[in-house]
Amino acid sequence: MTAKAEPEAVEKVIFDGLAEVGAEPSDINREATFEALDVDSLDLVEIAQIVEDEFGVELAGEDVQDLKTVGEVVDLVVSKGS
Amino acid sequence: MRPDGAALVTGASGGIGAAVADRLAGQGWPVGVHYRSDEAGAAEVVERIESGGGSAVALHADVSERDAADRLVGELEDRFGPVLALVNSAGTRADGLAPQLKDEHWDRVIETNLSAAFRLTRRVLRPMLRARYGRVVNIASVVGPRANAGQSNYAASKAGLIAMTHTVAVEVARRGITVNAVAPGFVETGLTADISSEAVAAEIPARRPGRPEEVAACVGFLASDEASYVTGTTLTVDGGMSA
Repeated sequence: MTAKAEPEAVEKVIFDGLAEVGAEPSDINREATFEALDVDSLDLVEIAQIVEDEFGVELAGEDVQDLKTVGEVVDLVVSKGS
Repeated sequence: MRPDGAALVTGASGGIGAAVADRLAGQGWPVGVHYRSDEAGAAEVVERIESGGGSAVALHADVSERDAADRLVGELEDRFGPVLALVNSAGTRADGLAPQLKDEHWDRVIETNLSAAFRLTRRVLRPMLRARYGRVVNIASVVGPRANAGQSNYAASKAGLIAMTHTVAVEVARRGITVNAVAPGFVETGLTADISSEAVAAEIPARRPGRPEEVAACVGFLASDEASYVTGTTLTVDGGMSA
């Protein structure tokens, strides 16, 4: 069973996922860019897998490649999960 | 230190795959012994591993089917936890000179030897990325980098497997996952039973065919903790044939 993709829940899972792949926890917020967090394409693949496991929402490479900030990914997951 | 997890060996009911399953079990891995048609062979491998104090389970699938990777890995994970070692050993041949090679023979060899290995690799990278640990070893062949008349499909599949190995290795190296290939020369197995080993031996500097255990020993090394800095490479095991 996967959880419902409520904004707060998605934000928490993505923030935790970013910390897990090595982003500095105090730098993680909705406005932070992946570049600033030093999050690379493989990190994003891992976060996409975490999101899929948690919410059943599939994020393809082309979905996220143009997204720059953490908030944009959170919003995409919420909109795909609703 | 290796995290807890399982090893999946495809094509493990006989030949090189069976020897690899034995080897990895000896290195402490619980092993998924995959087979397609030789159920008795797989059962024998499982029994041998269990009687030696190891853990193993036989898993049936036709890896050329699209959903086989998910199902196989899922079954093994339910039994022994995350798959942190994968040895793609399932392979087939359907020889013929190119002008007469049928589409179905081309497709079957490419699907089994190359596409299935990719789908399995893609699937196991999920638990490997989470664990920050993984060992993928693809059983390629010296045929591929070098020509062998009558095997354009087989050679293409094995050369493709080597190229895939190198590329995936680069993608995931920073997560503690190594991806390597072993390229055997002429090894006496069911797959080569129709080829005269005496005729081939004349072309091998070692003057004899290889044994499955000799290939398995190299796979065992690449799957070990000691090989943690070896990735994206192909280890040739051919008695000097391609030297």
